[in-house]
Amino acid sequence: MTLLLVCEQLLNGLQYGVMLFLLAAGLTLVFGIMNLVNLAHGSLYMVGAYVATAVFARTGSFVLGVAAALAATLLVGMAVEVVALRTLYERDHLDQVLATFGLILFFNEAVAVLWGRAAIHASVPPFLSGHLELPGGLRYPAYRAAIIAVGLAVAVLLGVLVSRTRLGMRIRAGASNRTMVSALGVNVRLLYTVVFGLGAALAALAGAMAGPIFSVQPGMGEEILIQVFVVIVVGGIGSVRGALVGALLVGLVDTLGRAFLRPLLATVLSLSAANTAGPALASMLIYLLMAGVLLFRPQGLFPASRG
Amino acid sequence: MASAARSAWPAPRALALLATLALLALVPPVAGLLHQPFYVELFRRVMILAIAAVSLDLILGYGGMVSFGHAAYLGVGAYAVAVSAHYGVTSGLVQWPLAVLASMAVAGVIGAISIRTSGLYFIMITLAFTQMLYYLGIGIEEFGGDNGMRLTTRSQFAGLVPLAHPTVFYYVVLGVLAAAVGLGHRLVNARFGLVLQGARSNEPRMRALGFSTFRYRLAAFAIAGGLGGLAGALLVNQTEYLTPDFMHWTRSGEIMFMVILGGMGTLTGPVLGAIALILLETVLSGWTEHWQGLLGPILVLVVLFARGGLVGLLPAPRTGAER
Repeated sequence: MTLLLVCEQLLNGLQYGVMLFLLAAGLTLVFGIMNLVNLAHGSLYMVGAYVATAVFARTGSFVLGVAAALAATLLVGMAVEVVALRTLYERDHLDQVLATFGLILFFNEAVAVLWGRAAIHASVPPFLSGHLELPGGLRYPAYRAAIIAVGLAVAVLLGVLVSRTRLGMRIRAGASNRTMVSALGVNVRLLYTVVFGLGAALAALAGAMAGPIFSVQPGMGEEILIQVFVVIVVGGIGSVRGALVGALLVGLVDTLGRAFLRPLLATVLSLSAANTAGPALASMLIYLLMAGVLLFRPQGLFPASRG
Repeated sequence: MASAARSAWPAPRALALLATLALLALVPPVAGLLHQPFYVELFRRVMILAIAAVSLDLILGYGGMVSFGHAAYLGVGAYAVAVSAHYGVTSGLVQWPLAVLASMAVAGVIGAISIRTSGLYFIMITLAFTQMLYYLGIGIEEFGGDNGMRLTTRSQFAGLVPLAHPTVFYYVVLGVLAAAVGLGHRLVNARFGLVLQGARSNEPRMRALGFSTFRYRLAAFAIAGGLGGLAGALLVNQTEYLTPDFMHWTRSGEIMFMVILGGMGTLTGPVLGAIALILLETVLSGWTEHWQGLLGPILVLVVLFARGGLVGLLPAPRTGAER
């Protein structure tokens, strides 16, 4: 029984971890290549979740919803890049933080105008509503298992894209020395837009899949975005591999902490003390993890090599 | 070097600041004449956030440290007051120093870890620590969890300074604001402030000159935290309600926006920025429920096109080294 519970929570941690990875990969690439801090990355995730939910509710097809979310977020992302962010690449981080903070306010309010402030309901698609029978008698929701599968597949594809293809070579080159890349005849502006679009699409995918699990409401992007920051700080800003390791680490620590910290504390402390300290400590755990990592490795676990 | 520092606070800007403080002092009588007590409340809130903005500017503008977690110290200061009141200690002479010391201590710990890093890491770490404190506040059911709790009595000063009286409280806040600006003026023009600004412009050079820039930065971080904590103590007295929302990350963004809107690296800027932002919010929210949808684009436009802030409209100081 306990072992099954641990296994289930491990899978939940993995599922949350790959979700964080989808967001962290885009954010870390955008930072690594454009040197841009994009707080509004969470807004793209939110747009993805809303569009997927709305289209799924209207058409009854989850796949169509995800596709629409990807397309819409790609458009929104490109528009934001062209209108506001392009001017910010050369600015310092402070300007970037503030301007993208302004974008967050705008997006949250725009979503509230379109769909209202209350959370909207997103249901699990029928073809994934069952459970998987895993060895050892563990029954795991098929939808969450599908998220793990999609997330890991994207991680592999992204790894191949970055390390094995021409585009990936340019991305890596752009991260280490963009002046040189530009001098060698690569259209850097196009490269930026492609990378930004890729990041937006990954955020939309995460948002579309998150709908049925988390609540779809204004501000949902920032809740997860701050955790994504922890992920990329732990992993090392600019490194996709770091984002993957950081995401899985944060996902597991957060999920296991929430599930087991209170019962564990209850074996040491009194029940009421554990009930108070458990949840508070559990939600602080990933930040303590981050502080611990930074104390020993101020550049994160996998510092991206920068020229 | 000393003369360059003096010209960092040139006459037009100093005059603007003094005029602003004088106008703020006139708010209660004017509000009384107009029978609009609401304005006393409003400008008291403006001034409390202005204190927070001034304290943030010490590290953001003068120290070059982009702290995206200044709401943490507001929160710690507010909790220090409300928690002592919860346990029956209502004297402001205990509460307020406790608020300052507690937030200085928290800022010291956060600073000691985050100042080792720089750039984006620094921004995200200060944000993450504030988030951690926010969740801590939500988690402690004893102090109301995410609902917060009422502050039944404002801080007591042996019956001498009745904060329950709106106008008395107003002038106390004005006094604290003036003192904060005065303290800031002394600090940034002292050797301490010059080292801090030197480390902002060229850290390797300051190190080569033999300064331990880390210690100066940490001290500035702690002082700013303490002042932020004092603003938090005032804020909880203003709202008479404690909530973890004091530490919400959007509040950090709001305070940062005040500094930028007014003009960072000046003492006049944060005060003007706080006034402008709160008035803008008040006007917009009176206009439409979806005012944040308007505020967001305004913020983007300010960042993209009005880099010097409101202070940039006043004649600039003569120093060449300033950005």
